[in-house]
Amino acid sequence: MRAAVLRFPGSNCDQDCHLALDFLGADVHYVWHKEESLDGFDLIVVPGGFSYGDYLRCGAIARFSPVMRAVVRAANEGRLVLGICNGFQILCEARLLPGALVRNRSLHFLCQDVHLRVETAATPFTRACTPGQVLKIPIAHGEGCYFADDATLDEIEANDQVLVRYCAPDGSLTDGANPNGSRRSIAGVCNRERNVFGLMPHPERACEPVLGGTDGRFLLRSLLESLPNPGIHAA
Amino acid sequence: MSADPAITPEAIARHGITPGEYSRIREILGRDPNFTELGIFSVMWSEHCSYKNSKPELRKFPTTGPGVLVKAGEENAGVIDIGDGWAVAFKMESHNHPSAVEPFQGAATGVGGIIRDIFTMGARPVFNLNSLRFGPIHGDGASVKNNRRLFAGVVAGIAHYGNCIGIPTIGGEIYFDESYEGNPLVNVFCLGVLRHEQIARGAAEGVGNPVFYVGAETGRDGLAGAAFASRELTEESKEDRPAVQVGDPFKEKLLLEACLELLATDAVAGIQDMGAAGLTCSTCETASRGGTGVEIDLALVPRREQAMTPYETMLSESQERMLIIVKKGREDVVRRIFEKWDLPYAEVGVVKDDGMMRVNDHGVTVAEIPAAKLADDAPIYHREAAPFVPPAPLDPATVAEIDPGVALPALLRHPSLASKNWVYRQYDHMVRLGSVVRPGSDAAVFLVREAGKFLAATSDCNALYCKLDPREGARIAVAEAARNLACSGAEPIAVTDNLNFGNPHKPENFGQLREAVEGLAEACRFFDTPVTGGNVSLYNESPAGAIDPTPTVGMVGIIREESHITTQYFKGAGDAVYLLGDPGSGLDASHYLKALHGRKEGLPPRLDFATEKRLHDTLRGLIRAGLIRSAHDCSEGGLALALAECCISGEAPWGADIDLGNIAGRADDILFNETQSRAVISVAADRAAAVETALTSAGQSFLRMGTTGGSDFRIRLAGRAWTWPLAGLREAWYGAISRLMEETNTQ
Repeated sequence: MRAAVLRFPGSNCDQDCHLALDFLGADVHYVWHKEESLDGFDLIVVPGGFSYGDYLRCGAIARFSPVMRAVVRAANEGRLVLGICNGFQILCEARLLPGALVRNRSLHFLCQDVHLRVETAATPFTRACTPGQVLKIPIAHGEGCYFADDATLDEIEANDQVLVRYCAPDGSLTDGANPNGSRRSIAGVCNRERNVFGLMPHPERACEPVLGGTDGRFLLRSLLESLPNPGIHAA
Repeated sequence: MSADPAITPEAIARHGITPGEYSRIREILGRDPNFTELGIFSVMWSEHCSYKNSKPELRKFPTTGPGVLVKAGEENAGVIDIGDGWAVAFKMESHNHPSAVEPFQGAATGVGGIIRDIFTMGARPVFNLNSLRFGPIHGDGASVKNNRRLFAGVVAGIAHYGNCIGIPTIGGEIYFDESYEGNPLVNVFCLGVLRHEQIARGAAEGVGNPVFYVGAETGRDGLAGAAFASRELTEESKEDRPAVQVGDPFKEKLLLEACLELLATDAVAGIQDMGAAGLTCSTCETASRGGTGVEIDLALVPRREQAMTPYETMLSESQERMLIIVKKGREDVVRRIFEKWDLPYAEVGVVKDDGMMRVNDHGVTVAEIPAAKLADDAPIYHREAAPFVPPAPLDPATVAEIDPGVALPALLRHPSLASKNWVYRQYDHMVRLGSVVRPGSDAAVFLVREAGKFLAATSDCNALYCKLDPREGARIAVAEAARNLACSGAEPIAVTDNLNFGNPHKPENFGQLREAVEGLAEACRFFDTPVTGGNVSLYNESPAGAIDPTPTVGMVGIIREESHITTQYFKGAGDAVYLLGDPGSGLDASHYLKALHGRKEGLPPRLDFATEKRLHDTLRGLIRAGLIRSAHDCSEGGLALALAECCISGEAPWGADIDLGNIAGRADDILFNETQSRAVISVAADRAAAVETALTSAGQSFLRMGTTGGSDFRIRLAGRAWTWPLAGLREAWYGAISRLMEETNTQ
């Protein structure tokens, strides 16, 4: 099992993703944005950061990079692709995921812990969770308000593509628990084929007790357990 | 050169050069300078670059110690050993004037500049702090709205730059006071980590080595910003907006990665960032440090604007640029790395043996100045210092007691004392997976994974104390920083400072500077924390007058083991609560007096070094013995505020029942005085006896005050009692700044 962490010049959560996956026992490698092939990787992580500066629109330029052509091919072949934060934005821009991420409703960048309700365990990204489970994981973004039109939202809900929603600590969906104004409190969605997942919160930041929480492991471990030859520490 | 303006007395004066300085320039050159040379001297001999007014004072700081690997002033930042072959480089810098004129870009480029100072040393930047001061933000007047605009813009600018480049901003301090109206302070701190053998030098070594320009193209932004920073702000300062640079954090991220990748090879002989005074400062300083000369040709410099004159090119403060002296024959390494990162680079010159800074334009010499004289021989001024006049002690009879039941929530709502979450939630404070103690405790604690070390960092300065007694205020700034570190379980290792003062030509201001520097120096000697460098920002005046003197201290410490990491908030019910130190008295210079009575008066609390040191050693001893669950220093707002913060500043609030017995005196005095050398700790019930024994044997005075638990914070004192439900207290404190900023008009 080999995992790739993409490196755009403005990626800044690449090392964090590498560290967390390595800690959980994955064989992790960095892949530079100018690379054109992702052959041999079972999992591709598009990490957070500011890809190419994101002065235009988050992820708008990254989707045209050489490595993203390889990501689209890998996704179409059914390999697993995880986009975190800026990675989620890039996957939406690349049309691998439905919807878009727009400016937080407060218009401020927000970095804080949030609670997430896991909506389904029937994906490779959430299989180690139980439906309804509440995870505490940090966010750090300025453009994380999930937006799609009603028809799209109805469709992805009908297809069980919403994997995590922002919630109160008790799991209830309240406006106050929605940090950025995302429609229907959506924090992360997968594609119809269920092999591409994007979310705004940072599971890699919640994998160690010393950093204040380990709930991120439920998501990353789900992934590694879904891959061939897991060989994973029961961390 | 014929198009250059003539060198008239007016042109000289406009460059801020005095007739005496002009004679000195003529002496150095043996002729009159041309216009480009005049510009070069004006920025290099500005206070910002030359410290010509403050140098004799700065020499008073202790700068050596067994852990000091690179001393203050030798390079862009000092370097301190942290053990096992690892070291840290850290420094604080101001961007006050640019932020007053253009808050977003001013603050953003301040962050960019300090980060470059750190990676220029070969260190990977791992976290940032900042120390901010603004005018009041509550109310409706035009100036208040402007203060809110500046505050919002500065915070957004810091967030923009730090978040994009991926360096967490993990702590800092913010105060609001009338004296900063129109002249906010924006002091930014960066710490980087490196191996001892990775320390990079800013010297132009090796005659014949090529000189490379790397990074962003040069434009007309930030022209002569260093000189702008060395003047008072006036109504006309808005016209200086071209002196404010524009930051591109994405480009800086590329530059950072490319430079660290390059420094990991052995192709670099010297490296220097282009910050204040840009190309001018980097060429003459590297030559001066190397004892060499540098010759460059401006025609080779990458530019983003057409038809820039040599004057403009040399004085531009365009951001995200570096000068690198490359070992001859290794030019390809530079090309390969900078092409990989898609960054402009150009070979613009060569190291010479003649000691000259020679600037050519298409081969024609446009400036030729002895580099060492330009860099190091700025005139030194011994300014007149007005003697310190101690303020009259406060007459308590003139202060009407405000019922503590009302006063405490009012203090917690005051933006200087309220939770700063509206600010730090805008900063990515978790990237890089090291933020063990997040913003909101006495000190931030960061795990530097490369080195396997827990570092604690804080910035502190009570400018009200410094206004009333600059020496004592400065001593307390250092002591408070060390106390914050001790409460976190850390041993301090070194200090950086940012001296923010008014115009040094006014004896009163210079007197404040001298007193404060001597106070900082005394305290740094006592706590064995050498000064690794810092920044001097004078001329902090608006038409309304000078700011309160603000010698900000940034202090870094090491925590030996993970289990020693301690936070300020209560951890559960049933724990015993102690005051270490004395209840004290005296409302002089207190925030109670300032925030609720509108008076900045009295003689600030006195600091006794031995008492202070005993407290720190005792705290660390208790922490290392695993005896306490929380520790919080008492500072602004006194004992009552410290206790309230212990109750409400954690993720889960915990109540407390506090009984102070029959201490004699006024309730407001007992609860809100700011007597020094105190901390509040909480202790598991079964450890209380061991803690009391340890405190007694250490000779540490203490008072058992009560027990944690319940949904209220209650204080009993001499037959009176006050009860505050936690939820209301927390909301007053947590939402105060957000309410002022989001629910009021900032336009």
